[in-house]
Amino acid sequence: MSVKIVSRNFETPNADKIDVYESLGGYKSLEKLFAMKPDDVIEFVKKSGLRGRGGAGFSTGMKWSFVPKNVDKPKYLCVNADEGEPGTFKDRKILQLDPHQMIEGVIICCYAVGIKTAYVYIRGEYVKPQAHLHSAIAEAYKKGYLGKNIKGSGFDLDIHIHRGAGAYICGEETGLIESLEGKKGMPRSKPPYPAVIGVFGCPTVVNNVETLATLPWIMNNGSEAYAGFGTEKSTGTMLFSISGSVERPGVYESPFGVNLWDFIESSTGGVRGGRALKAVIPGGSSAAILTAEETRATNLDYESIAAAGSMVGSGAIMVLSEDDSIVKALQVIARFYSHESCGQCPQCREGTYYISEIMDRVLAGDGKPGDIERILEMCPSMLGQTVCVLADSIAIPAKSYIDKFRPEFESCIKGAAATA
Amino acid sequence: MDEEFAFSEASEKEFMETLERYPTKMAALLPALWIAQNQNGYITPPIMEYIAERLDLSPVHVYSVCEFYTMYHKSPPGRYHIQLCRTLSCVLCKMEDIQGHLESRYGIRAGKKTEDGMFSLTLAECLGSCGTAPVMRVNDVYCENLTIAKVDRIIEACKRGETLEEDPMLAH
Repeated sequence: MSVKIVSRNFETPNADKIDVYESLGGYKSLEKLFAMKPDDVIEFVKKSGLRGRGGAGFSTGMKWSFVPKNVDKPKYLCVNADEGEPGTFKDRKILQLDPHQMIEGVIICCYAVGIKTAYVYIRGEYVKPQAHLHSAIAEAYKKGYLGKNIKGSGFDLDIHIHRGAGAYICGEETGLIESLEGKKGMPRSKPPYPAVIGVFGCPTVVNNVETLATLPWIMNNGSEAYAGFGTEKSTGTMLFSISGSVERPGVYESPFGVNLWDFIESSTGGVRGGRALKAVIPGGSSAAILTAEETRATNLDYESIAAAGSMVGSGAIMVLSEDDSIVKALQVIARFYSHESCGQCPQCREGTYYISEIMDRVLAGDGKPGDIERILEMCPSMLGQTVCVLADSIAIPAKSYIDKFRPEFESCIKGAAATA
Repeated sequence: MDEEFAFSEASEKEFMETLERYPTKMAALLPALWIAQNQNGYITPPIMEYIAERLDLSPVHVYSVCEFYTMYHKSPPGRYHIQLCRTLSCVLCKMEDIQGHLESRYGIRAGKKTEDGMFSLTLAECLGSCGTAPVMRVNDVYCENLTIAKVDRIIEACKRGETLEEDPMLAH
């Protein structure tokens, strides 16, 4: 079933220009929005079942409802456009091809929560998407969708762009907040959660680009219509970034609840070069790996993927063929997390480095008996022990790669021993 | 010795506009470093001291922030600074062949600048363009779906001083 909600304008030329976007029904949701009470908007979004698309998958409406109502401080929205989870490239598409859809979503969120200032934290590398977003924001001001007294509603909203400078950890919501404040992007201990004390010490909502871009459709078509797609707990659709050893990698939208492999195969044309499927990483490099058999037996929704021992995460699906090495894959992602650890928690700083160093050695043909056990022994100290989940994000995949493909690791180490 | 630094007129205007967007001066630090880098090409200790003074921060705070983020250059990069992605999807799509070609054909090595100052190369973590792997950025331009032939065209274009254009973004 092909359903397009967030990606519906991607093929329309110049949908990033406001005239084209308006002709496609853009900004129409605001009339309905301003006729509603802010609290009712939150309920409306709750009812849709929309969950955060950045990786955590938490209920969007619920997240908004945690922001205290009667405070004398300003409230802020931070749009998380720091797309960095390896394998994820869908927000780049939204920002460049259809930025107004996200801006419209920002207006919906800010009206519902009572926010007058939003910051879009965009990763430093996304220069072209940032330029498209910048033009789109300027157009929206000019047409009165942003600024003072938007369309006579009495509601004011400003959106500012804040450019990151190369640090994966700033995609973690409190790392993002620290970075926005002008510091190193080191995540904060929680609680307090950003909803209570976020940026500049004020109540803050942090939402992913795709999450916000989904809101206009929900406002226009209704919570029930959105919840009509997908499954009971995984409602609606999601953008999936599919990459690796497939014929046609790319961003494909699908309702939840379809068979994982059927979806990958029908959208991308299957494994590149007609080779056999070895494994799939379903939710970004932090996710546990699924064997070919598990991939074929699993549906694509939050609950089914969790039941299979992994996660939907940011919707980044990476496909490995029979020719791809699981040992190499672990070495690459271990190096990634070692490089990106912010360094404040010892378990993460040392653990990521330790695993990465062992894997570099194993891959270089210098593996030693006991290396696999050394990694497995390290993992428990990296699970649930740290300020954020970066340490978990290598411990979980490391264990799953080894558990499911142990012979590959053993033969790599044995080969090294034989040639030594 | 690094020379003294002050914002140019254009940078000063941008800096003042930036300050208005935030309730604190400190929040303007990342933008201020970008403005300085755009003006100077890289961040020097005098620039850090200058920005610290302008934002009422300690120089060591500015230094630590500058060091934390990979995109601030602490020394002059090549005229064309290349970031080649080395994360999983690009590895699965043979980025190592691209790296090998840059090195063997053009002498462009990871972590180094060519002697003529034209090219520098860093291996970057995921650039967020995994659907068009392998990928590299040349200055601010994404070069996607790289092949040996495409890399040759890009490097030759750089040598001729041409402005690179990104491929149109596809819907998928």
